[in-house]
Amino acid sequence: MPLSNPANSQAESFKALVKGLREAIREPEQFTLSYGAESSAFVRFNHGKVRQAGQVQQASIGLKLISEGRHADLDITLTGEAQVDQQRLAEGLQQLRETLPLLPQDPYLLLNHNGWQSNNVQAHPLPDTEHVVGLITRAAVGLDLVGFYAAGPISRGFASSAGAFGWHQANSFNFDFSLFHENGQAVKASYAGHDWSADSFTRRFSQAREQLELLGRPLRTLAPGQYRAYLAPAALEEIMGLLSWGGFSAQSIASKSSPLQKLYAGDQSFSPLVSIDERVSGSLSPAFSGEGYPRSDLKLITQGRADAQLVSSRSAAEYGLTANGASGYEAPSALNMAAGTLPDADVLKQLGTGLYISNLWYLNYSDQPGARMTGMTRFATFWVENGKIQAPVSTMRFDDSAFSLLGSQLEALTQERELLLSASTYSQRATDSALLPGALVSKLTLTL
Amino acid sequence: MFDFHPQLKQRFAALRTGADFFSLRYVRESGQYLSVRKNVAEPPSLRRDEGAMLTVRVNGVEAYAATNDLSQTGLQAALEKAEQQARQLKPHALLDLREQRVSSDRADYFSPNLDQPFPSLSECYELLDAESAAVPKDERLVNWQVSIGITHVEQIYLSSAGAELRQAQRFVYPGLDVTAYDGNDSQTRSLGRENFGQQGGADVINRCGLIGAGPKVADQALQLLLAPNTPQGPRDLLLMPDQMMLQIHESIGHPLELDRILGDERNYAGTSFVKAQDFGHLQYGSKLLNVTFDPDIPEQLASYGHDDDGVAATKQFLIKQGLLLRPLGGALSQFRAGMDGVANSRACSWNRPPIDRMANLNIEPGDQPLAQLIGNIEHGILMSTNRSWSIDDARNKFQFGCEWGQLIENGELKGVVKNPNYRGVSAQFWKSLSAVGDADTFQVLGTPNCGKGEPNQVIRVGHASPACVFSHIDVFGGEA
Repeated sequence: MPLSNPANSQAESFKALVKGLREAIREPEQFTLSYGAESSAFVRFNHGKVRQAGQVQQASIGLKLISEGRHADLDITLTGEAQVDQQRLAEGLQQLRETLPLLPQDPYLLLNHNGWQSNNVQAHPLPDTEHVVGLITRAAVGLDLVGFYAAGPISRGFASSAGAFGWHQANSFNFDFSLFHENGQAVKASYAGHDWSADSFTRRFSQAREQLELLGRPLRTLAPGQYRAYLAPAALEEIMGLLSWGGFSAQSIASKSSPLQKLYAGDQSFSPLVSIDERVSGSLSPAFSGEGYPRSDLKLITQGRADAQLVSSRSAAEYGLTANGASGYEAPSALNMAAGTLPDADVLKQLGTGLYISNLWYLNYSDQPGARMTGMTRFATFWVENGKIQAPVSTMRFDDSAFSLLGSQLEALTQERELLLSASTYSQRATDSALLPGALVSKLTLTL
Repeated sequence: MFDFHPQLKQRFAALRTGADFFSLRYVRESGQYLSVRKNVAEPPSLRRDEGAMLTVRVNGVEAYAATNDLSQTGLQAALEKAEQQARQLKPHALLDLREQRVSSDRADYFSPNLDQPFPSLSECYELLDAESAAVPKDERLVNWQVSIGITHVEQIYLSSAGAELRQAQRFVYPGLDVTAYDGNDSQTRSLGRENFGQQGGADVINRCGLIGAGPKVADQALQLLLAPNTPQGPRDLLLMPDQMMLQIHESIGHPLELDRILGDERNYAGTSFVKAQDFGHLQYGSKLLNVTFDPDIPEQLASYGHDDDGVAATKQFLIKQGLLLRPLGGALSQFRAGMDGVANSRACSWNRPPIDRMANLNIEPGDQPLAQLIGNIEHGILMSTNRSWSIDDARNKFQFGCEWGQLIENGELKGVVKNPNYRGVSAQFWKSLSAVGDADTFQVLGTPNCGKGEPNQVIRVGHASPACVFSHIDVFGGEA
């Protein structure tokens, strides 16, 4: 099942749609047109075998029509047939033309009039899916493996009546998997990127297998209370993921629904060890936003203090800020947290006695304005005594404030950081990533 | 309606394959999301989506290919991709489906009031403008938003076994939320939104209570801002239907999904504390607990005639008088596990394969009016409207939070409290169910946002419930 690489033809198809739209637009109309497509191989595994497999080919455009201060958005699925797609675009344009007169003028409409250009194509060949499936099932012999392999090309495009044009295309794969011990404990791992290497896959798989052996020890059940804890990068990613849900958003901060509103108001701070950027450069996500702004790197938190917010064009107009390439949701997609000084090799020694937490799960807020959050341990959580792993720990719930975990109780961040590529496939394969260290905290509150 | 059906049938009939069985599931979806925030209309967000999934079985191995290209060539190419994949994966396949029966049903299904036009875009904006303007002027009210989401879905399922199933549905999601802020704390009160969605037309907006709700919702946000935190400690807990839906969803629905019990979801959504051998034996809750899979309430969000594998949906008790009887498992999971289930194999769209999902999962009403539920509580708390949810991957240890809390002392509702949270363990929690509200407390609710599966899928689920009382639950408030 070789995966086709339709990037060039997709770029040409998109350009043809843009050309047609430019010709169809009448003064004083303006437009923005975004594009998203992917051709994906999806393979689910359970008990080391293929549970469900398939392929998905999809493409869509997002058309915004603007006229005399009014605007509306329409997403349309494309077919890949030029004539049908031009027809759908024409019908969509007509629908929006009929819609605009029904709307009031929008005081928060802000358009980018720059004719910026951006082009980023990475066409590294991906392995044949059947070959990868063979490697995985052979590695899983004798193991209870459950997981998901997603691979293929992803394309994103943008064009506007102001002359802007952006194209982003990348091939990628993401094998996200767990190995289960017969006692129900599991270790989670992933192997993701652009360039599949059998050696790298084997190395990653072996690491997970080694951790699995530790999970065979008798399970330790902890009482609720406060414990020293090490949060591995994947666990810290869950915390950052929850905080990213409105945390850095200009609209959420202004409308008092951001969990970081006290940080941005200057009433709270994180530890000076904490510096967080939105690092678009070198990330997997496009260098332009869906609403037509080039994206640049931003310092969101500097040495524990609030810095930039993520500002969409709408927030820029409403709050008098400068749009900085944030999406309409104003959520980061390429978080980069500064490394600390604790070597990975010293983590257990520095932890001493406490919890080594590989992953957290299902976080939500106990008190959002206070950034107090709750969540569960999941996958490979160990009890450590005197710097040595003693036993896996049964699932526990924590409930703590981010201002405690990343503030007063943060002892150290690791020197080494891990690049975590999102395995999310809601609607489409995500291009989000996070580069994070591990965090040693002196007090984590377990409640259940 | 179904205007593509004749062409699709023709193209399906012309498809050529060496597969033992194949099916085509076509989905066309259109929608609009309209909102007014702080008296300013936001630009409408409209969408049109269309595509098809071809599924084949070759020597007992199933594979799928989804395509946006609905031409004869495009459908044939997808079918061939799926067939090729099924053949190639044969040595690695977990399942042998040669003995699994397939559907040959033929039927149509329609949402209620589908023939009645929905209010026009202008009429919707007039309503939203009026409700937004009705939020009182108070400098502490820093944000509010009124919205209506509408989704139309047409689905056609055709199979080589002769199945021909069509369904046309309209889903409506009204919503309002108001945030109050005092310079330190902020509190949000909402109506509808993720807690209320139904099938139908303008009647859904009326049933939601959106019209005229602005002043009351705003007043409640301000009351919360002034309220003390929820006190910590054990109390009898009265959950209103808009929190019961979340409680049912997370700690009955997900743990009873048969694909989780079979291990498919262990890498993502998780497993279950329920084991296959528990069905027919496990006392899941108190004798008052009666839980049904019910596709027959017309306005409920996940009512349908057949699931996405073409299996007819009928009402079934999953839990009766507290005894666990039946899992949420579709035909494939039933075949794998060798047990009866329900018709709940569902996909969120044409580009995702069907898996076991909740649909309408309800608690049957009891016999106590709300006044009696409250009157019988000596030391308790009422909680309403979910705002926070967290549960372990086996769906056992949970912590949930609500927008609205009111203490109950000696059978009477007392003061409002903010940040009402509670925690418990599913395996014990339902055994503490001590009273179930009557039909007057019963509400038909639903959410469009249930996430699960690899590849990920977010889908509509319905939950209807009366108000319910749970004894001696650990409750607590907020603050860091």
